[in-house]
Amino acid sequence: MNFESELKKGNLVISECIDCKKITWPPSEFCNQCLKETSWRKCSDLGKIIEFSKQNDIYFGIIQFENSIRIMGKIISGNPEVGKTVQVVECGVSDSEYVLKMKVVEE
Amino acid sequence: MDKVAIAGYGITKFTKDDSKIESVLLNSSRNLFRNSPNLTQKDIDAVLVSSNNNSKYLSAILSEISGIQPKIAHTVESLCNSGTNSIVAGYSYIASGLADCVLVSGAERYDSPGQILEWDKFRGEFKHPIFWASIFSKAYKQKYSIKDEDLALVSVKNHKQSINNPNALSQKEYSISDVLNSKKLTDDLRLLDCSRPCTGGASILLTSEEVCKNFTDSPVWITGIGQKTTSASFTKNLTFDNMESTKNAAIRALQMSKHSVADVDVMELHDAFSVCEPMALDSLGMTQEGKGMDMVKEVYETENTKINPRGGIIGSGHPLGATGIAQTIEITQQLQSVAGKRQVDNAKIGLVHNMSAASTSSTVLVLEN
Ligand SMILES: [Zn+2]
Repeated sequence: MNFESELKKGNLVISECIDCKKITWPPSEFCNQCLKETSWRKCSDLGKIIEFSKQNDIYFGIIQFENSIRIMGKIISGNPEVGKTVQVVECGVSDSEYVLKMKVVEE
Repeated sequence: MDKVAIAGYGITKFTKDDSKIESVLLNSSRNLFRNSPNLTQKDIDAVLVSSNNNSKYLSAILSEISGIQPKIAHTVESLCNSGTNSIVAGYSYIASGLADCVLVSGAERYDSPGQILEWDKFRGEFKHPIFWASIFSKAYKQKYSIKDEDLALVSVKNHKQSINNPNALSQKEYSISDVLNSKKLTDDLRLLDCSRPCTGGASILLTSEEVCKNFTDSPVWITGIGQKTTSASFTKNLTFDNMESTKNAAIRALQMSKHSVADVDVMELHDAFSVCEPMALDSLGMTQEGKGMDMVKEVYETENTKINPRGGIIGSGHPLGATGIAQTIEITQQLQSVAGKRQVDNAKIGLVHNMSAASTSSTVLVLEN
């Protein structure tokens, strides 16, 4: 199991240290704090918009998950604003690029 | 620690030419020899090459084709600030006494592989530099109530200043509306807000204090160096409205030089995109946070060319591995008062700001005459 093989199956996973419990990002087999091994676990599918912009009709942005990891992806529905919550609707690998699509969760 | 001088330089015109990387390296090195009549190949004991080109052992190749048999020869690669990183490496060889005379040569082709970072997969489909630049622009505009037409002035100013730089890629003036009406790449970025990749080379000769007088009567001294790398991934920037690595590097470079930012007479800033110039001014401490654009406006209105006199990266073009060296050559010429139409009056202290990978790494140099 690794990050990319899980992402190919549509699962967003993160690497958490088996010892100090810190999350290492970008994902790695080893903790970048204490250099011990990590284990994989599922990441929350709810994230927060840190910043975004728009190309043609597509919004793209930096989304933060679990208060620590940040990924760029497409925001495919809703009205994005900094701080708003988004939910992952699709993730995977296409042409060896990581694909992340999200929708805004309107409160 | 030995003092380190800039004792010579050579540069090529920045173009879209399909030249071999080896030829680009050789051309700026030949110009350096031409500009330094007393310099011979056997004087040089280190050859450092700065490039993102995926070629192997370019420093050995440059040494061979220019007839040098150096003690030390290797490449330095760190994306867009490879140039200043190679200067810092050369500085260190001299300061430590391992070398007295170092040729630092940077070169890039217009199709450099340094523009796409395979490691940074978490940019997803948004790998091209225009996307981080859009995020920076959006964040900076939002935080400080700055408009697209404000940022467009950076491009207007730097294109105008590049007219007086015969080596610049751009030789054309643009208006604010030209910038605003240029191709819309995203909601927060126009084509004329961007620097362009190009083919170009720049070489510099670094020497110890003792050796420099053999080659020049007007050495320029590297008196401050600050560097910081915060990460390799764009999304690990903590904020997108300033440059953390630049802040850190600037503080240490100025500390080392024993000057304050207010002492800086002329500077080359890494304006890869319009927003980078005011953001760099903020992060270097030249202005209060968010006031960088006011400073750009002020220098533009008073026709003061102390910020990016050669036209910066937007006006000059961006041959990645050569950029930091070209910036350093510009400040050297300014401090020697040989910058011609670009000359800033009475320049004594200059600063170079060179960064890479969406400001996750920065180098700041202080130079003095
Ligand atoms: Zn750990």
